[in-house]
Amino acid sequence: MTQAQIAAGTADDVGLVPRTGTNSGVTTADGTPLKVSLRRALRRQRLWAMLLVAPLLVFILVTFIVPVFNMALRGVENPQIHDIMPKTTAALGDWDGNGLPDEPVFAALVEDLKSGYKSKEIGKVATRLNYEVQGMRSAIMGSARQAARIKSGPYKDAMIDIDAVWGEPATWRVIKRESAPYTLSYLLAALDMGYDDDGSIVMQPESQRVYVPLFTRTLVMSATVTLFCILLGYPVAYLLANLPLRTSNLLMILVLLPFWTSLLVRTTTWIVLLQSQGVVNDLLVWLHLIDDEGRIQMIFNKTGTLVAMTHILLPFMILPLYSVMKTVPPSYMRAARSLGANPLVAFWRVYVPQTVNGIGAGSLLVFILSIGYFITPALVGGQSGQMISNMIAYHMQKSLNWGLAGALGVLLLALVLVLYSIYNKLIGIDKIKMG
Amino acid sequence: MGGNSEQFVRFVNVQKSYDGETLVVKNFNIDIAAGEFLTMLGPSGSGKTTCLMMLAGFETATHGEIILDGQSINNVAPHKRDIGMVFQNYALFPHMTVAENLAFPLRVRKIPQAEIDAKVKRALEMVRLGNFGNRRPAQLSGGQQQRVAVARALVFEPKLVLMDEPLGALDKNLREEMQYEIKHLHEHLGITMVYVTHDQSEALTMSNRIAVFEDGIVQQLATPDQLYEKPENAFVAGFIGENNRLAGRIKSIGGETCSVELDGGAGVVEALKVNVDGLDSPTTLSIRPERIVIEPEDPAYPNRCQARVEELIYLGDHIRARMTVSGNSNFITKVPNTQRHTPLKEGEIVNIGWATEDCRALDA
Repeated sequence: MTQAQIAAGTADDVGLVPRTGTNSGVTTADGTPLKVSLRRALRRQRLWAMLLVAPLLVFILVTFIVPVFNMALRGVENPQIHDIMPKTTAALGDWDGNGLPDEPVFAALVEDLKSGYKSKEIGKVATRLNYEVQGMRSAIMGSARQAARIKSGPYKDAMIDIDAVWGEPATWRVIKRESAPYTLSYLLAALDMGYDDDGSIVMQPESQRVYVPLFTRTLVMSATVTLFCILLGYPVAYLLANLPLRTSNLLMILVLLPFWTSLLVRTTTWIVLLQSQGVVNDLLVWLHLIDDEGRIQMIFNKTGTLVAMTHILLPFMILPLYSVMKTVPPSYMRAARSLGANPLVAFWRVYVPQTVNGIGAGSLLVFILSIGYFITPALVGGQSGQMISNMIAYHMQKSLNWGLAGALGVLLLALVLVLYSIYNKLIGIDKIKMG
Repeated sequence: MGGNSEQFVRFVNVQKSYDGETLVVKNFNIDIAAGEFLTMLGPSGSGKTTCLMMLAGFETATHGEIILDGQSINNVAPHKRDIGMVFQNYALFPHMTVAENLAFPLRVRKIPQAEIDAKVKRALEMVRLGNFGNRRPAQLSGGQQQRVAVARALVFEPKLVLMDEPLGALDKNLREEMQYEIKHLHEHLGITMVYVTHDQSEALTMSNRIAVFEDGIVQQLATPDQLYEKPENAFVAGFIGENNRLAGRIKSIGGETCSVELDGGAGVVEALKVNVDGLDSPTTLSIRPERIVIEPEDPAYPNRCQARVEELIYLGDHIRARMTVSGNSNFITKVPNTQRHTPLKEGEIVNIGWATEDCRALDA
């Protein structure tokens, strides 16, 4: 290959023209195209890199991505009626939703109830429909028990005789709607919405709303915790960044100390301190600031949750702040003062703006962590200090309504992502400095 | 108030200690005249920056008094001193534009907006950055940032401006350009400037007077030419410019001069008596490389010596010759690259000579 050809090949490569042929472009001494041999040389490196991260990747996939995806799926999955009552589902396919369905649908219902009763699966359908209409559980279970005795038709009147609920078009509309393999009803319920009798989506009456107020409370509490963390953490981070190394190391250990203590221990310590017969109240009584009857309720309510969460999340604010403050040269403050700004003005107009990235990073961290906080509100929150994750846990463990738990989880995740993108728009995620 | 204009800034017996055990500034006394350009020059750790910081108010004097315009400022907070300052890394506020940076000192003084705008504009033009007002400091080159920093220290019209190694971060060419620029600004505005640097050529270029610091003490306070031509001790002689040292002992003292017997056994030479103790005491002779003549014919050079040429470095306008003289193998001479200069060869033995006035006997 001549010099001119090589030069031409280089020019093409610079222009990023994709090459597939082996006889054009720059080649190595033995004639293999340069790109091919470069790729070959890099393949080994890439393989090594892949091997190094593979264990963690698999771990994250199995223990994080898959469960999250699975849980999110449960928020929309709706297999009960579709799978356990296949005949009814099929028969309802042609029904227009007006009036009562015809005899074949009732026949299918009876057959499904019989087989469901036999296989003991019908309870799932009963539970599922009970989420939509109160009282459906007992209606279905009763009907299934008695349907076993029905030998021949006409089924329509027989079923309405067993339970009047079968004579109501609304019941059938719900069954038809929820016979689809996927449903919106969990997500709607998680937003305090539901279907009315006509099947259109409406908000629940004010008195029955649970989740929207809980989401609001979670957001307000998280914002408050974040604010407290900024107010308490900023001066500490400032000290850490500006004290001589020996002193600041000691202080850093004090900041990190909570990390080395069990979360449970830290939380229960707050119970010891704040309960009505606790240390703080005893001290206040002893100081005659309050009398014995007037002990302040500081735990098992919002206050308790706020105090304990602020304490636990404080290091997540201090550390990013510290790492940003460490990079702010002291000469800025000096320059501001030499230019005639008093210490307060110099601090506010020159120092604080330099640390906005740290405040942003810390706030994002604390806020997102507190939005999903569970153990602390569960232990010290009482009734008024519960947050949305406690409700998710309740539906996972107590009510066993995993669909609703999944839907709430999806909404929480979506909320975090929205906040994250707002932050990204306002400050820029690439500006985050964690240290 | 108005003090004596010859004593615009005064340090009176100022001492500074950080740990209560050692003094960083031992006993600093200086009078700086109004309109003067004074440079504090010295190696790092010599106490020069500490003195500047005490004047700015960021460090407190452990002892002594600092007086500005007739008033003691020991207990005046930095922001009330009305002293402009340029920092080593400029300390331009990165979250403000250039114009906002310049407006900052005016804004904190609650000057009306129209006046601020006019002053900022004038200051930007003064440093030839008229169109850069809307840029962020990070978008400027080092030299431009430097000029902004200078403009910011001047925009509120302080009577005193302090500069703490402001050119340290610039490359050589830009540094020289900025030296002239700052010097011209000083001449043009007639303000008092106190400048700190460890770069002697910078100090020589810009200053009216230079205070050479070493070990917390001012070794010599003099004009640039005096500092170079008439160093008072071995440290100043070595620190300012290039300098050859020869160790010896005083043999006799007479009037302005003294005879010194060189330790290396190269004989007795005559030197100016500057900073010596007495007969038979050790001394260091200081001779500038450019004052040495090779193969002198003129009898005006009573000091002659044999020297062995060790190394020749060609530098265009002159040739730098390293020689061994009286046991000192680092004896440098500069041979001007003129038409008639003596050609030297490495390894040859030549005679060198110098005038008595160019040879100063200093402390050992």
